[in-house]
Amino acid sequence: MHFTINGQSFDVEPDIRTSLLDLLREHVGLTGTKKGCDHGQCGACTVLVNGRRINSCLTLAVMHQDDEVTTIEGLGTPDDLHPLQAAFVRHDGFQCGYCTPGQICSAVGMLDEAAKGWPSHVSESLDDGALTDEEIRERMSGNLCRCSAYPNIVDAIREVADGARDERRVGEEAAA
Amino acid sequence: MSDVNSLTMDRPVEDSILNHTVQDVLGKPIDRVEGPLKVAGKATYSAEFGFDRLAHGFLVRAPQGAGRIEAIEADAAKAVPGVIDVIHDFDGFIRNAQQGGETEAPTMGVREVHYVGQPVAIVVAESFEAAREGAALVTVRMSAGDGDFGIEGREDEAEKPADGMIPAHSDAGDLDKAMADAAATVDAFWTTPSQNSAAIEPHVSIAEWQGDRLTVHGAYQMLSSDRQQLADALGLEEEQVRIVARYVGGGFGSKLGIAPECVAAAIAAKQLGRPVKTVMTRQQVFEATVRRSDTHQRLRLAADGDGRLTGIGHETIVSNLEGEDFFEPAGLATHFLYAGANRRVTHDIVRVNRTLSGSMRAPGEAVGMLALENAMDELAEALDIDPVELRRINEPEQDPSKDIPFSSRKLAECLDEGAAAFGWEQRNRTPGGLRDGDWLVGHGVAASARSNLLQPSRARVSVTPEGRAIVETDMTDIGTGSYTILGQIAAEMLGLPIEAVEVRLGDTDFPPAAGSGGSWGAGSSGSSVYLACEALRAKIAASFDAEADGLTLKDGHAIAGNRRVPLGELVGEGIEAEGAIEPGEMAEKVNQASYGAHFCEVHVHAVTGEVRVKRWTGVFAAGRILNEKTARSQCIGGIVFGIGTALTEELVHDERDGKCVNRDLAEYHVPVHADVPHMDIRFLVERDAAANPLMAKGIGELGISGAGAAIVNAIYNATGVRVRSYPVTLDKLIDGLPPV
Repeated sequence: MHFTINGQSFDVEPDIRTSLLDLLREHVGLTGTKKGCDHGQCGACTVLVNGRRINSCLTLAVMHQDDEVTTIEGLGTPDDLHPLQAAFVRHDGFQCGYCTPGQICSAVGMLDEAAKGWPSHVSESLDDGALTDEEIRERMSGNLCRCSAYPNIVDAIREVADGARDERRVGEEAAA
Repeated sequence: MSDVNSLTMDRPVEDSILNHTVQDVLGKPIDRVEGPLKVAGKATYSAEFGFDRLAHGFLVRAPQGAGRIEAIEADAAKAVPGVIDVIHDFDGFIRNAQQGGETEAPTMGVREVHYVGQPVAIVVAESFEAAREGAALVTVRMSAGDGDFGIEGREDEAEKPADGMIPAHSDAGDLDKAMADAAATVDAFWTTPSQNSAAIEPHVSIAEWQGDRLTVHGAYQMLSSDRQQLADALGLEEEQVRIVARYVGGGFGSKLGIAPECVAAAIAAKQLGRPVKTVMTRQQVFEATVRRSDTHQRLRLAADGDGRLTGIGHETIVSNLEGEDFFEPAGLATHFLYAGANRRVTHDIVRVNRTLSGSMRAPGEAVGMLALENAMDELAEALDIDPVELRRINEPEQDPSKDIPFSSRKLAECLDEGAAAFGWEQRNRTPGGLRDGDWLVGHGVAASARSNLLQPSRARVSVTPEGRAIVETDMTDIGTGSYTILGQIAAEMLGLPIEAVEVRLGDTDFPPAAGSGGSWGAGSSGSSVYLACEALRAKIAASFDAEADGLTLKDGHAIAGNRRVPLGELVGEGIEAEGAIEPGEMAEKVNQASYGAHFCEVHVHAVTGEVRVKRWTGVFAAGRILNEKTARSQCIGGIVFGIGTALTEELVHDERDGKCVNRDLAEYHVPVHADVPHMDIRFLVERDAAANPLMAKGIGELGISGAGAAIVNAIYNATGVRVRSYPVTLDKLIDGLPPV
C-alpha cells in the first residue's frame, strides 16, 4: 500500500489489524505520535488526516491509502518550529511531553475548525466566531494532560490564534 | 576516576556559593532546554528505541482475584501466525510492582493469585497485533480461593503495619480528655477512594541481553534502585543490569519501582535470545501497577474558646495486599501543621485482594490533608473565627510532635499574601448566600504543606577545553524539569550561558542519583551537581592562581583581580569532578517542609449540583526557586490533581472480586482542559539553610497538598452542604442544595 505522510511517500504492507498509530510508530519510524490508551480516550495519538484531527489509534492503517497524513514531525523540526510548537515551549505548555504532540496536532486542527466557523458545545450562537478561552478549553478537552499544563496550553494556543487573526485582518484590509 | 566532593547534611549550610554567583541564570523562568525536542516529537521515550529482531510481548492476566493457577492453556495462542511463544515462569515473575526506593525484588511468584489482573504469562510475537491476538486466546485455569476485597465492614481486621515514612502509630498527651474539655470540637469520618496516577505514557520495558548482561529501556522514575530491584528479581549482580530512561512520560509515583512487565520482558528475552518490548495497555496500567489506597479517616479537633487547638486526632485505615508494608501516610502533615498538646495519629492496614497500593503524588498529604483541612474549616465555623485566622492562631513555634525547630516556615505569610491577592475579605460568609444566575458561588481556603526530604545523590560534571560543561547523573526528568534546572545550577556555578551546558540523564551508566520521587529530586540531584561544580571551581581557581573565594565566573570567563580568561583555557585537556550529597543530622534536628496556601472560587449549579472551579490563587514558599517557569507549572499540575481528587477521580473496585472496574481513561475521570481555570501562582522569597546547599525545598507535591480541601470548603460555602466522602460528585450534593 501507499501512504503519504508529512508529504513523503511510504510503501508499506501493513497487517490489516494495524492502527494508523501503530503504522506510524512501529512501521515508518515516526514515533512522535504517542500511544497513551489505544482507545481514543486520551488524545495523545492525534494526527491530521487530510487536514482534520483524528485519534490515530481508532482508525486502521489500511483505510488511509492515498490520504494525506500530517504528524507532529510534519509541522516543524526542533530547529524550525511551527508557531504552535514554539508557543508551547515559550508558555511551558507541557511537562513530561508525552501528550504534547497530540495537543499540538489537535490545536492545529481545532484552530482550522474555529476559523471555518464550526460551533462547539459552549458556543453562544452559530454566528459568533470569537475564540474565547472557554472555547479553546472546550474544543481541546479530548486531549488529556496528566501533568496538567492546561492553563499554559491555552495561553500558547491563544497567542497563536490571536496572531493568526491579526494576520488575517491585515490581509483582509490589504485586499479591501 | 574523578574527585568526589561529598557533603553530609549534618549542619546548615553557612553560605551557599549560589548567593554570590553572578551568571544570573538560576531561578530565571527560562524555557525547558529539551522543549524543542518534545514539541517536535523528537524526544525519544522508552518504547521508541529500535532494535534488530525486536519481538513484541503482551501480558496475560489472572481473571480472578484469589486462587491458584492450575494451568495456562496456550495452544490456541501458539497457533496464531506470528506468535513465537507463550512464556510463563510461576516462580520468576513478580507478583506486583515494587515500592519506590526498595533495593530488593518485590514479592515474587505468580502461581498464587492475589488480585484480578496479576500478570501470569507473556505472549511474544513478531508483531504487536499477533501478540495481542495470542494473549486473548490464552486460557488461565484457576482453582478459586478465598479473597477479601474491600475495607467496608472489615475495619476491625485492620492491623498495625511496620513504621514507614512516619511511625504507624503515635500518641502524646490525652486526646480524649482534650476533646471532653474543649470549647469546640470536630469529630467526623472522611473517606477517599482508590486512585490511579494515570501518567499518559503507559509502563514499558524493552529488554535486551548481551550475554549475561541486560539492558532495559524502561519508563521508570528511580533508576539506581530500579536496577537493584531488577537484578535481585533475576538473580543477577547489579553491575549486570543497565536501565535507560531518557524521557519519561509522567510518573506521579507509579513508576518508582519496577513493574511486572519489566521482569516478564527480561525473562522472555533471555529465553528467546531476542530483544522483547512489552508495553502495558492502559487497562494493565490500572490493574497491574500501583494505586493510591482508599482511606477511612477519623479526624478529631479540640479547641478552646479562642480557637487554640488543644488536641488533634487523625486515625486512618488503608488497604493493601498481603505482605506489603506500605501504608498511605495520611497523618504525615498532621504531625506538624498545627499546634496542640494532645495528639494521636495512627495508620492501620486492612488486607485486600486488590492491585498493590503505594505512592502516588504526595503520598499522605494528598488525602490526609483533605480531612485535616476540611476539619479546620468546620472548626472555624463552630468557633465563628475566619478560617485564615484560625490557622494563624495555631501556628506552632516549633514542631509540636518532635519539639524541634522548623528550618523555615512561611505558612502565615502564604495565607496573608494569598488572602490579599484573592480578595478573601470580600467573600460572602453565609453558606448558600451568593448566587450568580443558575450558579451558587463559594470561596474556600486550605493550607498546603509537604515534608522536605533529601536522598543520597551523585553527579559528574566536566568542563571541556571548548569551555562547555557536561552534567551526567542517572537522575530522571519525568516532566519535573530536571534537564533544565540541573543545567541552570551548573551554568550558575560555572559562569556559563545555559546553552554551554549539556545535561545527560536517565542512564544507570552515570553516577547514581536520588531519582524522581517524594519531591526530593531537585534538592538532592541539584546538590550533587552543585558539589561537583564546587570542586571544579577549586580546580579552576588553582589553575588561574586565584583563591576560590576571589574567583568570579561569568559568561564563560574566569575573572580575578584585573584578569579575565576564557574558561576553556584553564582546563587543559578538560577537567571533571563528582559531587555526592548525603542526608545527615539535619533530617532529625529540624523539621523541614514546604508550605503554601490555596484560595479558590467554585460555582455549583443550583439545580444539578455540577461543580466548576472558576478561580484560584496559590502562594507557596519552598526555599530557593530554581526556575520560576517550571516551578509554576509544577504547582499548577499539583493543584489540578487536587481538582481531580475533589471532584472526579475514583477508582472503583468490584466488591465481589476486587477488580478495578473503571480501568481506562474514559471511566476514570482525570481533569480535562474544560475543568481547569487560569491560576494565580506566587512564590515567596525563602532560603532554607538546613535543606541542602541550594537552600531549596521540594515543590512537586506541594500544589496537590490541601488543594482538594480548598475546593470542598468552597463547595460548603456555596451550598451549605458538607460532603466528607471524596470525590464530591453531584449525587452527593443534590439532596442538600438550597431550594431553587
